[in-house]
Amino acid sequence: MAEGSTKKFLYINRKAPHGSIYALESLEVVLIGAAFEQDVSLAFLDDGVFQLAAGQDTSGIGSKNFSKTYRALGDYEVRKLYVERESLAERGLSEGDLMPITYEDEDDDYAEKPSIHLVDRAEMARLIRDADVVLSF
Amino acid sequence: MSAYQFNGSAVAHDEEGYLVDIAEWSPDLALLIAKSENIEMAPEHWEVVNFLRSYYEEYQVAPAVRVLVKEMTKKYGKEKGDQKYLYSLFPYGPAKQACKIAGLPKPTGCV
Amino acid sequence: MPTLHTVNKSPFERSAMASCLNHVTDGDSVLMIEDAVVGARKGTALADDLRDRQRTCALYVLGPDLVARGLKPDDLIEGITVVDYAGFVDLAARNMRVCAWL
Repeated sequence: MAEGSTKKFLYINRKAPHGSIYALESLEVVLIGAAFEQDVSLAFLDDGVFQLAAGQDTSGIGSKNFSKTYRALGDYEVRKLYVERESLAERGLSEGDLMPITYEDEDDDYAEKPSIHLVDRAEMARLIRDADVVLSF
Repeated sequence: MSAYQFNGSAVAHDEEGYLVDIAEWSPDLALLIAKSENIEMAPEHWEVVNFLRSYYEEYQVAPAVRVLVKEMTKKYGKEKGDQKYLYSLFPYGPAKQACKIAGLPKPTGCV
Repeated sequence: MPTLHTVNKSPFERSAMASCLNHVTDGDSVLMIEDAVVGARKGTALADDLRDRQRTCALYVLGPDLVARGLKPDDLIEGITVVDYAGFVDLAARNMRVCAWL
């Protein structure tokens, strides 16, 4: 796709997983949307940060553990996952409570690089302002 | 709901032939599904089916075709990480048809 | 490059409004729709904050949602503009993007 037609898509995730369909729906839209080769970023704020929590085990609630799917995002060239620092801190979480999510950089001998970037609230506001399209979940 | 008749019991599938419960899959059932798709399972087919199953096991998602191609290239080299090659094994689409045989849900975004 | 933010949850029940206000930048517009319109009332715990916010961003409320809940324009914090559906569309068109807080 020509560079000129690439838009910046920002997916905003604000809900905890498993209690509602929002998180899974967002993830599916991201996977489907990845085929269109746009500039995709994912934002995790408020309870959305729980979507990336390590050690999720849904076997006891009879629903799919789609938390593993976030680790496939790199294969779909979705490499920018922004997590809001304040949202983590408000919930007693730190970066170490999140799943490691990486992508392979084909321009750097397939080195594994982290996809998760912590940003503060002001940076998150700028990400929204820089987006061409915002999709909220 | 329709079902595959397998070892004297009925294994439910959706209207397109994908298993309702992926836990019911077995290699023998795969042979039966393949037969209903007019595919004779050779080692090359199994390579793809097993790859899809391990990808699903790890990521809980069936890869899109372009992801399958990319990952097959990494694992088995350029000849096998190739759309044409994959379509020669699974004429109705590697992700769609091979996923069905692998007992996985239809890949997300595949219509 | 301003943003139109829409909020559709009551600020007394959910954090959508608070989170929205935490992420607006100067020149943005915030439109309260559905249950969020109850946050536009005078004399609430939120009212002072919303009055202050109007120094940097414009606040709107969707009229049909307001009327449906028995609220009148007179009940609103000073400076908040009531718009109808056409006004909603104008706001969306005047901004670069729409960001929904659900």
